[in-house]
This record gives sequence, C-alpha cells and structure tokens, in this order.
Amino acid sequence: MEYIVKTENLVFEYQVLPTEEGGETQREAALAGVDITVKQGEFVAVLGHNGSGKSTLAKQINCLLLPTSGTVWVKGIATADGDRAWDIRSSVGMVFQNPDNQIIATIVEEDVAFGPENLGVAPAEIRKRVNGALAAVGMTQYAGNPPHYLSGGQKQRVAIAGILAMRPDIIVLDEPTAMLDPIGRREVMDVVKILNREEGITIIFITHFMDEAVQADRVIVMEEGKIAMEGTPHAVFSRIDELKAIGLDVPQCAEIGLRLRQAGIDMPTDILTIDELVEAICQYK
Amino acid sequence: MLKITIGQYYPVQSPIHRLDARMKLLCTIIFITVLFFIGNFLGYAFAAVFLAGMIKLSKVPPKYLIRGLRAIIFIIFFTAFLNIFFTAGGDVIFSWGPIQITQQGLVNALRMAVRLVMLIIGSSMLTLTTTPIQLTEAIEFGLSPFKKIGVPAHEIAMMLTIALRFIPTLMEEMDKIMKAQMARGADFDTGGLFKKAKSLVPLLVPLFISSFRRADELALAMEARCYRGDVGRTRMKQMKMRFSDYQALAVMGLFFATILGIERLAGLWGVW
Amino acid sequence: MSIQIVNVDYTYSRGTAFEKKALNNVSLTIEKGEFVGLIGHTGSGKSTLIQHLNVLMRPDSGSIIIDGEDIGADKSRLKAIRSKVGLVFQYPEHQLFEMTVYKDVAFGPANAGLDADEVNKRVLDALAIVGIPEELHQKSPFELSGGQKRRVAIAGILAMGPEILVLDEPTAGLDPRGRDEILNQIKIMHEKLKLTVILVSHSMEDIARLADRIFVINHGEIVMSGTPAEIFVQTDALESLGLSSTQSTYVARRLRAAGFDVPEDIYTVDAAVSAILKVLM
Repeated sequence: MEYIVKTENLVFEYQVLPTEEGGETQREAALAGVDITVKQGEFVAVLGHNGSGKSTLAKQINCLLLPTSGTVWVKGIATADGDRAWDIRSSVGMVFQNPDNQIIATIVEEDVAFGPENLGVAPAEIRKRVNGALAAVGMTQYAGNPPHYLSGGQKQRVAIAGILAMRPDIIVLDEPTAMLDPIGRREVMDVVKILNREEGITIIFITHFMDEAVQADRVIVMEEGKIAMEGTPHAVFSRIDELKAIGLDVPQCAEIGLRLRQAGIDMPTDILTIDELVEAICQYK
Repeated sequence: MLKITIGQYYPVQSPIHRLDARMKLLCTIIFITVLFFIGNFLGYAFAAVFLAGMIKLSKVPPKYLIRGLRAIIFIIFFTAFLNIFFTAGGDVIFSWGPIQITQQGLVNALRMAVRLVMLIIGSSMLTLTTTPIQLTEAIEFGLSPFKKIGVPAHEIAMMLTIALRFIPTLMEEMDKIMKAQMARGADFDTGGLFKKAKSLVPLLVPLFISSFRRADELALAMEARCYRGDVGRTRMKQMKMRFSDYQALAVMGLFFATILGIERLAGLWGVW
Repeated sequence: MSIQIVNVDYTYSRGTAFEKKALNNVSLTIEKGEFVGLIGHTGSGKSTLIQHLNVLMRPDSGSIIIDGEDIGADKSRLKAIRSKVGLVFQYPEHQLFEMTVYKDVAFGPANAGLDADEVNKRVLDALAIVGIPEELHQKSPFELSGGQKRRVAIAGILAMGPEILVLDEPTAGLDPRGRDEILNQIKIMHEKLKLTVILVSHSMEDIARLADRIFVINHGEIVMSGTPAEIFVQTDALESLGLSSTQSTYVARRLRAAGFDVPEDIYTVDAAVSAILKVLM
C-alpha cells in the first residue's frame, strides 16, 4: 500500500434549495474532481478560503460524507463501502474547528475515554491509553477538570487526545486553530508536529493561516472545489502572484523577497523564512 | 443570574464522596421516602440530626448548603403560606374577616416547610457529593432494568451528560447575546408582561440557532469518534460496590427503622 | 473631546472562591477621531475593559468619562450612551435574530426611538457602508455567508449612529479575504464617518495596518502604550507577554545585528522593502 489516503476524480455535489418559490433545486459542486495522494507519515496542509471545498474534503476522508462520484481510499478501503465506515473512522481521527462543540463529557479524562469506549476497548486498556494521550498533548494535570474552564488551545488539545486514544493512523484537523488566539494556535501546532514526527501519525491539516501551512511537508491549495496548487511550502509560497490572486496571505518574508527581486536585486525565488531572507541579503554585505 | 449554586458538585474528599453513586442514589430515594412517613416532630428532629450528621461527614460546609437554599426560599414560604391560610380545623388563633389562622394550619405549615427544606438538602447532598458523570452512570444503571420494556437508559444518560456539559457553555453564550442586544438598545428589564416577553425574542432566537448549530456539530464529532449508541460499548471507569457502600445501606435501613419506631411510639403516646 | 478611563478597577465574583481581578487601576485617554488598537491575549482583561465603555459593566472603582460626561452617573442616559458608543462583540453574527437583514439592522435604531424615516435612512446607509447589496436586504440573515453575516451584524451597530466604534476581534475565524474586506470597511468608517475606533485584536498584523496608537493589556493592566513603531520595536517585551512583532520587525532586527544600517522601528512590508533597498543600492 503506497498511499494511506488517495482520492481519484472526487466529486461531491450538494443540493441548493430554491430561494424563491417555484425555483429549481440546483446542485452545486463543493468538490469538482479532486485527486490527492497522501503518504504514510506525511504532514500535508490544505490551504484555501471558506467555501473552497477544503472542509468537505476533510469529511470525505472520515466517511462523514460520501462521494457523489469518484473514489476515496483510506488504507486501501473505499469509503463508499458502507460496511467499512467504522474501520475507517477508527483509523482516521478528526478534530474540528469549534473546540466547544466536540467535547462530550463533563470531565477531561472522561472525554478522552469516549472514543475507545465506543470501540469497545477493555477498561484497563482505555485507562492506559487515556493517560498516554493526555501526556502526549501535555494535559495530564487537567485530567480531572471540567472542560469549560480550559482555554481554547487546551480544549483543542483535549480533542486531539480524544482522537489519539483511539490509536489512529491519520488525524485530519479541520481548521483547528481558526477560533484560537496566538498562544492557542502555537500550542495546537506544536502538539501536531510532535505527533507527526515522534508517533509517525499522518497529518492532514486544514487551515487558512499560511504561517501554519509553511510548517508542513507539503501544501495543497484549494480553490472552488479544485486543487489550485500543490507542492512543498517553498514551491507553493514562491508563487506569490497566484496566491494573491486567490486572495490568500503570503508570508511577509516571501513578499519582501519578491519586492526586492522586482526592484532589481538578485534574490532566490523561494524565500520563505526570516533566516532565508536575512541570509540572502547578507550576500550583499 | 449565573449564581445558582444549589446542588453543584462540591469537590472535597469525604467518606460520602467516596461512596458508589448508585448507592447514594438509592440512599437518597430511601431518605426522601422516609420523609413522607414522618408525621410528628420527634421524627423530624431525628431526621434533622441524621441529616446534620451526614452533612458533617460529607465535609460540605453548611454555609454552602444554606446559600443554595436561598434561591428557593420563596417556594418554601409560599408553601407554608398556603398551608397557614387554607387549612381548616383546630383552634382558631387569629381571624380577620374571612381569613382564619388555625393551630392546625400553623402546624401543617411548619411541617411542610421542614419537610421541603429537608427534602431539598437531602437531595442536594447527592449532587453535592457526586460528580455529574457518576450520577448519570448511576441513573443509567438504575434505569437499565427497564430497558426490556423499551426505556432507552443509555440514551437518557448520554442526553443528561451532554446537557450537563453544555449548561455552562450556553449560560455564557446567553450572557454574551444579552449584552450584545443591550448594546443595540434592547431593554430586558422594564415594561409590562407582554413587552417583556417580546423583548426576549432577540435573546431566544440566537440562542436556539446556536444550540442547533452546536447540536449538529456535536453529533458529527460523536459520529467521527465511532459513537453508535450502546452497541459494543465499554466503560473506562467500572463502578464497584465496596464494603463501605453496604455499610451505608445498613445505616439507611436503621434510619428507616428508627423513624418507623418513633412514629409508632408517638402514636401510642399521643405526641404530635 | 475624548474618552477618559480613570483608575478603573474591576473584579469578577467578588467575595467568592472564584474571585478574579480583571482590571487593575486602568487609566487611559483616547482622543476624538483616533484609531486605537488594544492588544492582549485571552483573559488579559481587554473584553472586560471594552464592556465598560458602554456601561454593560460598571467599574468597582474609578470612572469612565466620555466627552466630559461620567457615563455611569445617570441611568436615564444609558440609551443615549449606548447609541454613542457602538460595541461590536466577538462573532457578532451570533446576535442576528430577525426575519430579514433589513429588520435586523433596524433593531438598534428602532430601540433608540427614532422615527421611521430616520430608521430607514440609517439602515440603508449602514448596509451600504459594509457593502451589503440591496438584493440581500429582504433575505434572511441566516442565508448569508459567514463574512456577510458578520458585516450585517456590524451594520446593526453602525445604524445606531455611534461616534465611537469598539470592535472585539472583528476578524476572528474569517479567512484572509473576509478579513481584508472587514478591515477595509473599518478603515472607511474611520476615515469617512470620522468615527473614533477602538480595535481589539490579537493579530499584530491587523493592528499594524490600521492603528495610530496601541495599548497592550496584560493581567488587567495597561503595560505598554505608544505608536505602532514604538510598540513593535519592543519585541522582547511583546514576546514575554505571549505576543510577537510582525515578521518585518524581526527581519529588520536581524539585519541590524548583521551590521546593516536599517532603522529598528520597521513593522510593515513596505517599510522593510524601502529600508533594505536603501542600504543595498
């Protein structure tokens, strides 16, 4: 099995009810032919606007939505195979945008136990997994707390722990930082990177923050239900004009690099970080 | 408005806190039942002493309990008031026009008030010493025999859990929406009943919409975490009865017996 | 005239175990027509502070004086003050409730007791400023996109005819396009309607783009204040508060350390580019 997630000509349409009486029900494509492949252990960021189809794509990977046409394979299983939905969901964990609306229990550790309880894991093993998962996201000291006293970043880490306790191969995070402050965003990003590097978990990270996408192995930019760009962060963020045309942010350093180049200064085309920019300028010293 | 502390879990370590939630639920039901067997004040006095002992054992500060009672003091007074004026019989102590206060009325009023206070304190002892999640598990267990006749025990417990989980979130949200509408000149305080009811629309509509949105997202999150009802589910925390739980049951049994004994003797001796 | 906040203290749940000091002796002055940024992370007290500005909260001690009037003094002036100080909460689209966009925006001015013509004028003006086209006026606000909903909610505040506009994280949760739209509209409100604007944000980039002056709040105290240039240059102090400067500031700092003669108070891409060109050319 070469790819852990693969989509082939994936189309998803939904119905738009008529806004006026007697109007026709229309079908709109949230995904209009998407082909992606994700390798085991990869960290892929999906960047795009609201309505670009990126959240729909996330739900396809977890069988929460099924393709209108085309196929999604997760670990070689087609999501359209109705009998296997539970197998797929137990290996694909999903973290959502609103930290408040995915915590079910009134105590942190009880919430982390929710997933493995649903899978029918033995009680002693659940306890072990819960402790391990809370430690992995740095939330052990909050195990007995009610979730509503936690900050947004902490709630998202609890949500991630709840997924970890299910021992997934893949975690799909659907704009997990959109509602967080900078500290919370950093907390979540740090945890995700550790899980990817140390536990080898495949990460699909959906976001509209380019500074988060920069940290991935690969970036997929979506626009109007299609893949607009794809490649390493350096390759994608050097296409500044295209990104701007879509209306996405560009790292300030990349933009400074471009503007210097336009002013006639010889600069590499794929500057992304402060280090790279400063190094390039230092050539002229 | 966010200060309803009655019965909110009080986190300390005590012998009562350590009891199995199912046993506490059973004991509370026994206690409430016993209250309705009591007819005379000697019985009430004994029950009060018993309750005081339990409170002491639970390490919940009595002040905390009394503060909780303040919220419902109106109901207690109202019940007592009804009893004073609407009980006939016994010697008339005071009369003014059609209104009569009788000795029987006063006794009934006092009895109702005492019973109500003990009922509330007794049942809040359960919620004060039991985490909501343990309580829901106890309720699920208590209802499970009725599964056979179609009572969805697991679903009821899950619903309770979600409700408990979202009460603080929704309260916060309500506070926020209220303030946001006040910033737009909404007035929730003045005006007649009709105007007041109408002024709630800008508060309730957003609250409903947000609750539905939350419910939708929560259902999705639960599904993503392989929730499919009670099918093949295990629990991390296994409930286990211990020796102390049976001790508690024995204590309740003795309490019941004593109350019955007191009632019997009071009947023989003619004490009210 | 101006907003003067004088020695304001506020404590949540005073006298209970949950007591939490949210504002500690806060004093600041904002001049009429200024665009002020208020930065601080979650729980720093910034939301508490702005709720004091239109008497949704009252200080335990100290006072808030707007145009010479102590706003907490006279209860009968409450409505007038809330019209004068428009407060846009975080995720303001959550407060929409009416059947149509138009009616929702009209809620505020109608509460203020204005006559029908004036309400109509205010609603149309406000919706025009936030760029909601007329064909959407009779639609349900719940049919709109996320960004549109938020703009309608902001219009609902604008229609009250405020002189001071306070916005709590107006770009939270929006994508870059939605964020840019809202920020541009806020800029227009400041410039064309001559509103005094207080923008609460934890996005340094947003604040850098718009504010004339910045206040940094931490643990209920104003810990830094000054022009963007003065604030952003203090990168270490910002970082110790869990905040950060813009990337441009960091680039300038690194270049200075490497021996380039660039000014240290750079915080925008434009300034960085022109400073670098100056030393290289």
